[in-house]
Amino acid sequence: MLKISLSRLEELFAAIAEKQTLYIPSDRADGAAEFTKWEPGKALTQKLNTLRSAKDFFFPQTENIVDFKMEGKNIQVIDQRSEHEDFVIFGVRPCDARSFTILDKVFLSEPVDSFYKNRRDHGTVVTMACSRPAETCFCGTFGIDATEPEGDAACWSDGEDLFIKANNDKGQAFVDSISSLLEEGDTAKLDQVKAKTKEILSRLPLANLSTATFGGDTLNEHFNSEKWAELSESCLGCGTCTFVCPTCQCYDIKDFNTGNGIKRFRCWDSCMYSDFTKMAHGNPRTSQLERFRQRFMHKLVYFPANNNGEFGCVGCGRCLSKCPISMNIVKVMKALEVK
Amino acid sequence: MQEAMIKRAKELLTDGSVKRVIGWKRGEFAYDITPAVFESAEELDKDFVFDDFTSANVSKYLVKESKKEGKVLVFLKPCDTYSLNQLTKEHRVDRDNIYVIGIPGGPKLDIEKIKAKGITGILSVKNDNYTLKIETLYGEETMPFSEAILDKCASCKSKKHVTYDELIGEDGDVLDSDRFDMVEKLENMTAQERYDFWREQLSKCIRCNACRNVCPACTCEKCVFDNPNSGVENKAASDSFEENMFHIIRAFHVAGRCTDCGECSRVCPQNIPLHLLNRKFIKDINSLYGEYQAGADTTSRAPLTDYTADDCEASIVHERGAE
Amino acid sequence: MQVNENKEFQPLIVAFCCNWCSYAGADLSGTNRLNYPTNVKIIRVPCSCRVNPMFILRAFQRGADGVILCGCHPGDCHYTSGNYFTRRRMTLLFSMLDFLGIERDRTRVEWVSAAEGAKFAATMNEFTEAVRKLGPNRRLEDLRCRKQ
Repeated sequence: MLKISLSRLEELFAAIAEKQTLYIPSDRADGAAEFTKWEPGKALTQKLNTLRSAKDFFFPQTENIVDFKMEGKNIQVIDQRSEHEDFVIFGVRPCDARSFTILDKVFLSEPVDSFYKNRRDHGTVVTMACSRPAETCFCGTFGIDATEPEGDAACWSDGEDLFIKANNDKGQAFVDSISSLLEEGDTAKLDQVKAKTKEILSRLPLANLSTATFGGDTLNEHFNSEKWAELSESCLGCGTCTFVCPTCQCYDIKDFNTGNGIKRFRCWDSCMYSDFTKMAHGNPRTSQLERFRQRFMHKLVYFPANNNGEFGCVGCGRCLSKCPISMNIVKVMKALEVK
Repeated sequence: MQEAMIKRAKELLTDGSVKRVIGWKRGEFAYDITPAVFESAEELDKDFVFDDFTSANVSKYLVKESKKEGKVLVFLKPCDTYSLNQLTKEHRVDRDNIYVIGIPGGPKLDIEKIKAKGITGILSVKNDNYTLKIETLYGEETMPFSEAILDKCASCKSKKHVTYDELIGEDGDVLDSDRFDMVEKLENMTAQERYDFWREQLSKCIRCNACRNVCPACTCEKCVFDNPNSGVENKAASDSFEENMFHIIRAFHVAGRCTDCGECSRVCPQNIPLHLLNRKFIKDINSLYGEYQAGADTTSRAPLTDYTADDCEASIVHERGAE
Repeated sequence: MQVNENKEFQPLIVAFCCNWCSYAGADLSGTNRLNYPTNVKIIRVPCSCRVNPMFILRAFQRGADGVILCGCHPGDCHYTSGNYFTRRRMTLLFSMLDFLGIERDRTRVEWVSAAEGAKFAATMNEFTEAVRKLGPNRRLEDLRCRKQ
């Protein structure tokens, strides 16, 4: 496989950044990792994953859709859309990489979301395999192999070198653009690292979590389960889980009056909120139990029902560490599991 | 302590004095504790936990639970009792329907501090004479207990239970804490430095609302930020102004009512030091309008609903701190 | 923010004036032909304590460079105690804005009675100059509302 020494990462990033905007996961002042635009001197984080997922690049938290201006009685519609610049996201983990496949199913199916497509077409996803999974990881439950990431191009580290391989045409174009820095390398040490990672993955506390009792056909038994009352009772309805989740995709459309025109924009919404899908008569889900149930039913039952068995979760573990009251999809799955 | 609490809770459930118990439930790992309502002795035996990770302030759940049929038993740490008093003062809970058992406070541990040391694959955390022995998938790790203490516990203001029907363990005293040190440090910076500090912190905000929803002082049935009629309804912070606005307004709405329980900073997924905003208000109120601790009692008037003819003028802002 | 023919920065000042004292005071300065800058846009409120901190922030959001609150003198409030609450509220709010690094001179509370037309004009002149020195509001600005 093609490789480059890890000591030459700065050179690699400089070469990529010369042609396109490059984003890498990097450490912040407070220690957390986040995706930022690469500048000379910025180092790749050693942390397992970023705090916010990579869905921001294709589905940002707020996005302007259209502007309006009043001129007397005429409304002028101003289309602010423009072709997005080419960019590369480097270092995306296998779980986040799978989330793009899930989001594609939502935004790229008819009718195609032009804002999402614009970004998706111009972005190249370069993934990085994991070697030190955390106890909160459970990507394996959803058929994701943390040692064989998806994405346009995939990378592995064996401690000394960075190995890289293209997975499709876009990825091949990317690899070709930096081929002058790469050389053929022997993967013996890497194979050992992969084997060791696989062994740790099998020993993870959540390794045995299974989706066998979930899926499109299991709607009635899970919907009517008595466990929801207990599971949802301490839910604060805050929306943290939704916003850190790489696959949550609900959004609201709002108008903002700037004082000299209207900006119509979309922003992330959470089905846990009390005014979610509020209609003329109010919110159809009046209790926190119903809203809590909705989120997990969507990920475990409704989404696979509509998408050929693909679940709406990638096992990244962010909801496990970020929920203020430590409720998460694992606890829900374990409570509902039909033995 | 955990056994004593379970035992007492079972006694009160069995003799019918209480119908429900609010406490903490074991999770998947050592540290993911969920607040929960227990209704039977079996549930208590199976899942109730009280240890170094039970830092959640459960007083806010009483807003809903105290209105239900039958008394509810709640275990409150000293800091949580202040929150309950404040809720009682504002008539948000039915105090007669609550049986409070005061339990010892922290210091509690912060799993983020343990993870920040690079420790991952955590399977268990044990306290061995103030050294933490952490078993992980990658071997055993150790670190001093003192380095993993929650920020809010490090600047604890009081070990005194200001309301309780019964105590397990001892009552403590109000402490001399250093909780205003960071506020003072910021006050002594220049305005530009302060602006840069807060821009860096608040630009991380993702408007997840965890701070608002966990805060015991934020009990409005319809928050101004969820109300389209208020004019400031927003679901996401579209720009720097909205980031600032949400936090200034939220801190202002709880000014004089915030008991400094520290939950807001503990739950923030982006580690924004929100408690500094609330402590700034508390420090200002203390120095300008007299020492006031929200939740210390249930009868005094909150500073913002009170006044004296001799209050200082707003121009005092120009005379304090650095420019 | 506006610019006049000389390309000089003209700050936009929003003045919340209570109906009974300071609005009447503003009226008096008008009848006495005392000049105060056209930069000042007055919003009449029944009492200075009607002013919610959100109003102040919204004024800054919508383009104000300075916000001033005028009310009756403490002790003379038409509603007896409204301005006492204003005083506490605004002191704390301005202190918080200062804590976040917003320039102190962008906000002020001034007590102007119905007989103090001269004081009203003088205050507005002085405040406008103080804000002009600071330049346009950038720290509490909402970029979406900036006029193109």
